[in-house]
Amino acid sequence: MSAQAAAFNTSFPAGAGTTTYNYTVVRQFAIMTLVWGIVGMLVGVIIAAQLMFPDLTYGIPWLSYGRLRPLHTNAVIFAFGGSALFATSYYVVQRTCHARLFAGPLAAFTFWGWQLVIVGAAITLPLGITTSKEYAELEWPLDVLITLVWVSYAVVFFGTIAKRKTSHIYVANWFFGGFILTVALLHLVNSAAIPATPWKSYSAYAGAQDAMVQWWYGHNAVGFFLTAGFLGMMYYFVPKQADRPVYSYRLSVVHFWALIFTYMWAGPHHLHYTALPDWAQSLGMAFSLILLAPSWGGMINGIMTLSGAWHKLRTDPILKFLIVSLSFYGMSTFEGPMMSIKTVNSLSHYTDWTIGHVHAGALGWVAMITIGSLYFMIPRLFGRSEMYSTKLVTTHFWVATIGVVLYIAAMWIAGVMQGLMWRAVNPDDGTLTYTFVESVKSTYPFYAIRLLGGVMFLGGMLIMAYNTYKTVASGKAVDAPVLQPAPAHA
Amino acid sequence: MNEFTSGFWSAYITVITIASILGCGLLLWKLSTKRLSPGQKADVMGHVWDENLEEYNNPLPRWWMWLFWITLVFAAVYLVLYPGLGSYAGVLNWSSTGQWEKEQARAAERFEPKFAQYASMDIPAVAADPAAREMGQRMFLNYCAQCHASDARGGRGFPNLADKDWLYGGTPEAIVATITQGRTGIMPPWPQLGEEGIGNVTHYVLQMGGRTHDGIKAVQGKDVYAANCAACHGADGTGNPALGAPNLTDETWLYGGGESTIVESITRGRNGHMPAWGQFLGPNKTHLLAAYVYGLSQGK
Repeated sequence: MSAQAAAFNTSFPAGAGTTTYNYTVVRQFAIMTLVWGIVGMLVGVIIAAQLMFPDLTYGIPWLSYGRLRPLHTNAVIFAFGGSALFATSYYVVQRTCHARLFAGPLAAFTFWGWQLVIVGAAITLPLGITTSKEYAELEWPLDVLITLVWVSYAVVFFGTIAKRKTSHIYVANWFFGGFILTVALLHLVNSAAIPATPWKSYSAYAGAQDAMVQWWYGHNAVGFFLTAGFLGMMYYFVPKQADRPVYSYRLSVVHFWALIFTYMWAGPHHLHYTALPDWAQSLGMAFSLILLAPSWGGMINGIMTLSGAWHKLRTDPILKFLIVSLSFYGMSTFEGPMMSIKTVNSLSHYTDWTIGHVHAGALGWVAMITIGSLYFMIPRLFGRSEMYSTKLVTTHFWVATIGVVLYIAAMWIAGVMQGLMWRAVNPDDGTLTYTFVESVKSTYPFYAIRLLGGVMFLGGMLIMAYNTYKTVASGKAVDAPVLQPAPAHA
Repeated sequence: MNEFTSGFWSAYITVITIASILGCGLLLWKLSTKRLSPGQKADVMGHVWDENLEEYNNPLPRWWMWLFWITLVFAAVYLVLYPGLGSYAGVLNWSSTGQWEKEQARAAERFEPKFAQYASMDIPAVAADPAAREMGQRMFLNYCAQCHASDARGGRGFPNLADKDWLYGGTPEAIVATITQGRTGIMPPWPQLGEEGIGNVTHYVLQMGGRTHDGIKAVQGKDVYAANCAACHGADGTGNPALGAPNLTDETWLYGGGESTIVESITRGRNGHMPAWGQFLGPNKTHLLAAYVYGLSQGK
């Protein structure tokens, strides 16, 4: 049996008198994060190539852009991002509560249940089975399974918090907890539907209300799944890797409450200049701008944690991943409020600028913080002091960073160009200066640069997979003993 | 316009919005502290997790705190000026429909005379005017080229506008009517003719066009054609522009004229749809566009 298989199949029982942390489920989710990351990004690369070569998949319906695109978004958000959140939150909550994970079998159910959801998505989406709600495309049987997994997740997580040995709950857990509760709410409200057949349902909402519920969900999927959850990751792995205290407890209190409160309002900015009533659009814009400072609070707290340890950035590629991810986080959370301003939005909406913005967040922030955290965790989960090759981690960092920069720069230029071309009119007679297809043609070179950026990012993931394989193969699954909390001082 | 079903919901939105902005301000104000004096270091909170996780309690960065205040004040001012607080319209009385109407009116005032100058000319004369043709082409490329292609030669299911063959007639009046009202070209499906009947009538159609066909099948298909197809396509197969029924004896085929495609057309029917542009374009632009389309097939 290989070491990898051992990692999957064996749980190490606690020795006499000592309790260990439940690392089995963490290992499972950590490895699957990597697997689904590669799958999701590969599908991303394929659809990026389809935009350049529309006949790439020979017109096979299951491989058409319209079906693969939701597969890509679901795979990277829920399979890659979701597995990363499960892995890190289970790791962090045990270690910062000084307690073994609550309800072990239920935790195992969250792993297998979540994998089943992902496999279900990978089958149904290419078949064209979809609710057509963006980022909530899965049909109702899978939605029911998600609900069961998520409730179990909440029980495991908050159960562990309840049995903690420390008086205070560590800040990372506030963010993980906020993310778990809110995603439950978002999923239940947005996916409410009347089933018609086993694979077809109708939304409980209609018209502009349906659009508003969808984007209340859609934006908070970004806000809670892709932001709050990953900030939880940041609050553990950045101070750990830097070996420095978090910069400001006070700042974390203000930005946590302001962030989770304000995100809830921002959804309508996805529906500017539509049938959504003006008042709702205005509120969406006003609160999106208020969101700037709370978002940046997390960036400041992460980056300033390094003060006094800046020199570590030169030599430590894991820290490079973590800090660069925070820079991308700061950049995209500045860009987001700017794009929510109606005047800016009238230019940026429906263009590739939006795609660039999303990937600054998804690749730059979500993927890079995940990669950094995995490089921290994997050796510890497999009884090694560090990854097989630190050099390969550094290579991965540069390949990924250059890939992201190429990707988002190409999409910015393409997006602004498209927006300007679409609105250009001839001063003589008011007719449009450019036809739509001319803007598509002009976008072509940028599609090529974007594809290159995507291929580089995927290439980085493959380097990581090799490095992980070598680390795991020469290590062995080890469950660390539960530590006694240190007495409070100061 | 008021989107609220009752005054209660308007008040509800107003109250929670104001309370939310004030609440954010209150949180920020309550947790703001003085700057550290020079040389002073922030205290640690005194809790330790997982061996070495600790927290300093640095004050909120001043610039960050002011950034937060500025966005709160901006939001408050914005919601006084623009609609947002329930059914309150805002000091500027702005609305998205109002903005749209204003922009439309401004554009109409500026550009409509350019189009109106051609309204009194007849369409062949407009088609001969180079400036008018350029304006017409710009409209064509944006509104028509998606289906009819930028060279107006169409594609499968989309008529070629650059030739002399017209489904609904190529007179100026017919083109104006097509653009204004749109067209719906329905060929009903004929599965009831049976596989054999469809095969036979297909060969009769091929024979009418003077193309390679099976003589025996064509003879057998003749009666099928007369009973089922002639009503629209005419006894001699030359079609009927009043119905948009295509001429089956010429070289022009909207969906393709091969044997298997004709079988498919008969078995499954066809559904062609040209949208109506009258309301969107208005009479003056329609006139100019019709002239451009008319001019495409002239002098050939």
